Amino acid sequence: MNFEAIKSIYVFEMARLRRTLLQSVISPVITTSLYFIVFGTAIGSRIQTVEGVSYGSFITPGLIMLTLLTQCISNGSIGIYFPKFTGTIYEILSAPVAMTEIIIGYVGAAATKGLIIGVIILATASFFVDIRIAHPFMMVLFLVLTAITFSMFGFIIGIWAKNFEQLNIIPMLVVPPLTFLGGSFYSINMLPPFWQTVSHFNPVLYLVSGFRWSFYEIADVNPMISLGMVGLFLVICLSILGWIFKTGYRLRN
Amino acid sequence: MASVVSIDKLTKTYENGFQALKGIDLEIEEGEILALLGPNGAGKTTLISIICGLVNPSTGKVLVGGKDVVRDFRQTRSLIGLVPQELTTDMFETVWNTVNFSRGVYGKKPNPALVESVLKELSLWSKKDNMLRELSGGMKRRVMIAKALAHEPQILFLDEPTAGVDVNLRREMWQLVEKLRASGVTIILTTHYIEEAEEIADRVGVINGGKLLLIEKKAALMKKLGRKQLRLELSEPLTALPASLAVYNLTLADDGTALIHEYQGEEGQGAIASLLSTLAAENIHFRDLSTRQSSLEDIFVALVGEDA
Repeated sequence: MNFEAIKSIYVFEMARLRRTLLQSVISPVITTSLYFIVFGTAIGSRIQTVEGVSYGSFITPGLIMLTLLTQCISNGSIGIYFPKFTGTIYEILSAPVAMTEIIIGYVGAAATKGLIIGVIILATASFFVDIRIAHPFMMVLFLVLTAITFSMFGFIIGIWAKNFEQLNIIPMLVVPPLTFLGGSFYSINMLPPFWQTVSHFNPVLYLVSGFRWSFYEIADVNPMISLGMVGLFLVICLSILGWIFKTGYRLRN
Repeated sequence: MASVVSIDKLTKTYENGFQALKGIDLEIEEGEILALLGPNGAGKTTLISIICGLVNPSTGKVLVGGKDVVRDFRQTRSLIGLVPQELTTDMFETVWNTVNFSRGVYGKKPNPALVESVLKELSLWSKKDNMLRELSGGMKRRVMIAKALAHEPQILFLDEPTAGVDVNLRREMWQLVEKLRASGVTIILTTHYIEEAEEIADRVGVINGGKLLLIEKKAALMKKLGRKQLRLELSEPLTALPASLAVYNLTLADDGTALIHEYQGEEGQGAIASLLSTLAAENIHFRDLSTRQSSLEDIFVALVGEDA
């Protein structure tokens, strides 16, 4: 293991977070605060409770997931896309670094950034609504696994993308609908049966549901199934990365 | 001398079907300066990229320090420093950070003293806290070199190092290359500035169309392929060459006011003495004499021209 290289990539990537602090940290916090003001306080005050939890508290785990997914995908993808775009990637590809080390460096940094923002949003949320965490260990586990998985997913997009449009298309066009329709703002039990079934094909449902369960012990699907699904996504991303690095897809061709 | 890089029947065909390398065999000796000449698109960069691990080879084998560049990439890449052709820099980073990053990615423990000496060597020390986007093109080029030297490589690849570089910096780079070679570093540079190869290389390889057309010691190459020309400015113009001069390879130029004798390498030199005495015997006088040796450029143009 080339630990120096992992450290260098990780530190280098984290330095970018410091440079772009305003954009990376402040903007998600402001966006999330707006959600709380609009959905939690303004509209939420008209909604009594969802499954025994006040609406503002109910949407908190979903909002954290929404931000975590978006941030991890965008950090993970930009982290590797940018050197590809500017050409500085030559250095990493010609260095004595194995692909696993490159992934640990980039994905580790992207996941760390996502987690920092997730925690900040959790802290922000606690100013607006009551937060109760029933299963702290499970909460952290969901948070960490999701951050790693979606940073990897972002990394894959970053390698695949040939231009900025492709880089943004999934974070912008795919993730928000999946998150909004994945039960971030409602329990899928509120939906007609047909749409409940459709929702089960949405991967984000499992993340939000499992994550919310770790807070309030209410869930749309069994939390163990949720955990299993997160594990499954992780394995899928790992397999794709394994294939990319074996073939040198869009990197060494 | 021992080969430090050994290339065996190397080919590369890109996904789009372009065959960039068509079977290259090349031994690079330890401690030498090898210049690879070739027109744009000849395969120089592909060759370097494969040795450095940037591009996967299609077939064939490359050994660096006796290790396979694909299987034992950790050992081989640790030995190599690469200065790529294009100025690719992380615009928002400082010189100091980017050079230290390079050292780290190569798995070397931080060594601020070494990085400092590299930056000083390249006259970059005063710029160490500047962001790369604030630097001029020449300065960026130096940063690329500093990055490549940060992990103390044994083999240095310079891909078109002096493209777009002013005369002073070019001189400085050549001095640096000499200095590195003196410290035992093997240097491979690609260039299409032939004077560069002529100035600093020990051996010259010519690549065109994915093939290595020749590889030879520079001096031997010049001797073998270099043409020499003797030009005599005549006192009286000649209308025709006397028959006694027919055995020499002579042409009349400038309305008969100049005689040009072409000969190749060393074997032709003996003829000059007898040519001059024949001229004296024919009572042909000359007021000036000059010789000219063809440059590597002429050799190169002839070779590449033949191939095309």
